[in-house]
Amino acid sequence: MSTNSGVIPAPRELTTEPRRSDKVFRAVVTSGGLSSLVILGLIAVFLGYRGFEVLRQEGFGFITNSDWSISTDDAGNVIESHFGLAAMLVGTILCSLVAVVIAVPISVLTSVFLNFYCPQWLKNFLVAIIDMMAAFPSILFGIWGFLVLMPSVEYWAKLIHKYFGFIPLFELEPFIVTRSPFVAGVVLAIMIIPIVTSVSREIFAQAPLDRIQAAYALGATRWAMIKAVVIPYGRSGVIGGAMLGLGRAMGETVAVFTVLNIVFQVNWHVLLGAGGNVASLIILKFGDASPYEIKALMAAGLILFLLTLVVNAVANFIVKNTGKSGR
Amino acid sequence: MTIIPKPAKPWTSTPSARAKEITLFLGSILLTVIVVQVTAFKGKLAYFFIFFLLYALTTAIFQYSARGMAAAKDALVKAIVVLGAVVTVLPIASIIFTVASKGLPGIRPGLFTNDMSLATSTDPLTNGGLLHAITGTLTLVSISLFLSVPIGILTALYLTEIKGRFTNPIRFLVQAMSGVPSIVAGLFILSAVLYPITKSYSGFMGALALTILMIPTITRTSEEVLLLIPNELREAGVALGGTQWRTVAMIVLPAARSGLVTAMILGVARISGETAPLLLLTGGGDKVNPNPFSGSLGSLPYYIWKSFNAGSPEAITRAWAGLLVLLVVVLILFTLARLLTNQKMKARK
Repeated sequence: MSTNSGVIPAPRELTTEPRRSDKVFRAVVTSGGLSSLVILGLIAVFLGYRGFEVLRQEGFGFITNSDWSISTDDAGNVIESHFGLAAMLVGTILCSLVAVVIAVPISVLTSVFLNFYCPQWLKNFLVAIIDMMAAFPSILFGIWGFLVLMPSVEYWAKLIHKYFGFIPLFELEPFIVTRSPFVAGVVLAIMIIPIVTSVSREIFAQAPLDRIQAAYALGATRWAMIKAVVIPYGRSGVIGGAMLGLGRAMGETVAVFTVLNIVFQVNWHVLLGAGGNVASLIILKFGDASPYEIKALMAAGLILFLLTLVVNAVANFIVKNTGKSGR
Repeated sequence: MTIIPKPAKPWTSTPSARAKEITLFLGSILLTVIVVQVTAFKGKLAYFFIFFLLYALTTAIFQYSARGMAAAKDALVKAIVVLGAVVTVLPIASIIFTVASKGLPGIRPGLFTNDMSLATSTDPLTNGGLLHAITGTLTLVSISLFLSVPIGILTALYLTEIKGRFTNPIRFLVQAMSGVPSIVAGLFILSAVLYPITKSYSGFMGALALTILMIPTITRTSEEVLLLIPNELREAGVALGGTQWRTVAMIVLPAARSGLVTAMILGVARISGETAPLLLLTGGGDKVNPNPFSGSLGSLPYYIWKSFNAGSPEAITRAWAGLLVLLVVVLILFTLARLLTNQKMKARK
């Protein structure tokens, strides 16, 4: 046993190495964070795996044909099958475009009102109820649309037909307005107004204050200020918000199924009571589908998934980059 | 001798200007009534739109005569902007009003104590109820809360606390995930779990699909809340010698507690009315089913869907009553979330 007097203690180890508890913590949080990647990947993989057989058999015709039929013998073996999504894809695009065309002007006006015209107490109230409307279940919109909105929308549809009938899009033969893509589009428009409004409201609120004040100082009226400052600033953000709404409208199932008359026929006429959308096709055919048809539905789901994914990705990209440009 | 000028408020409107405004307003109401009486336009909507049009025109003309073209345009745009806001609010008011007026006749005491196992869709409203639907929705919501809250909060923690290499891609993916159509989530669970593993409908399958829809809502709200926690708190935790784990667990998360509860409430509000995946996955029974892992499970949206499609007048009333219950649930959840956020704001000030 010697005394420690002459011994220099070893320097304390300095390290940036995290402790074990932190390593575990970081690993757990990171794996949790990667879950969204895993889930999205799994969705694509599983739907693709189930639908692969049908996709291979139909090839490109799965998107371009509009025939959806399957015949089986008594033992349940498939004799003949034709699966094509063309009618449903056209219907999806038509309904959601009608929705966006109606919803975007209304939403832009509403967000301009909320940001530049409305007193503060009313703004708080309106923002609360518009946010709440975004959480209304889609079945509520569907049933309300079918029982309450449809009669009055039919009236508008007839007016459009009467006064704009010369435009090929609105020309109608035979004359069936009930349950047309136009009606479904109006219901979808009401559903997406809250989203588009809240996106454009936030974008407009970011409009540079110095420029707004500069415009007023130069003697601009409120409208002149909005035209010169707010709209150029928020334009791309509004486009992004519109695409977010488009994505939501394309994936909507129950509301469209309730309102729309689903027909397997490519129909570009907005007012004609025939159409469909991919999501409502899945609900329609799921009930009594044979295993092989289920595979076709999975493939349809995959197409819908990819479609909404692309639209959403583009929309988010645009919204994120608004305000960086244009300065 | 000094002259003290009388304080003037040139921005407030003088009585004469206000009188002119009121005259314009009343005048356009009068004109509207005349137009509706004379022309072919009829109904409440006609009154409404013609009034807006006339008011916009008269104010614009008045402003043009008083101040010129720019003021006229301003007045016109103001009217159009207000019209836009009113058109946004109209459907909300209509929905709430319709659901309340049509659903109330279907609300009776027995509604919350009976299920539909002994009643058919054409039975009078005194038979049956939606007990099975309420218990079913409660089961679905609690299972999906249990599954999605850890994942959602972990993802939010990754985005705000770790800020690793994947932060931007993950934020992007969460955004993308919030756009996944609900029917696709249902199909995914169908293809990945129901067909290969369990092979039968059950509440748990539905809850799994709802979890996928709930995660993005919880993640995004929690992320916003965690970003609001001042960085000084984290620095203080580390300065006291805490590891990151202890800082997050004992300082950041407790500070964000009420915000995280808000995130959960918003998540529940998002999924409680979700219909499409439940139609594919739960089977929608008519009986109270306490076991979510076997047998078909009823739920509020499924009950509404079933009653609506049954089509008889009694069934439609049942559907409206179900919608009313669902709407009230969503309203309560939203008010709760709002109250919590407001309290937080006050506490911070």
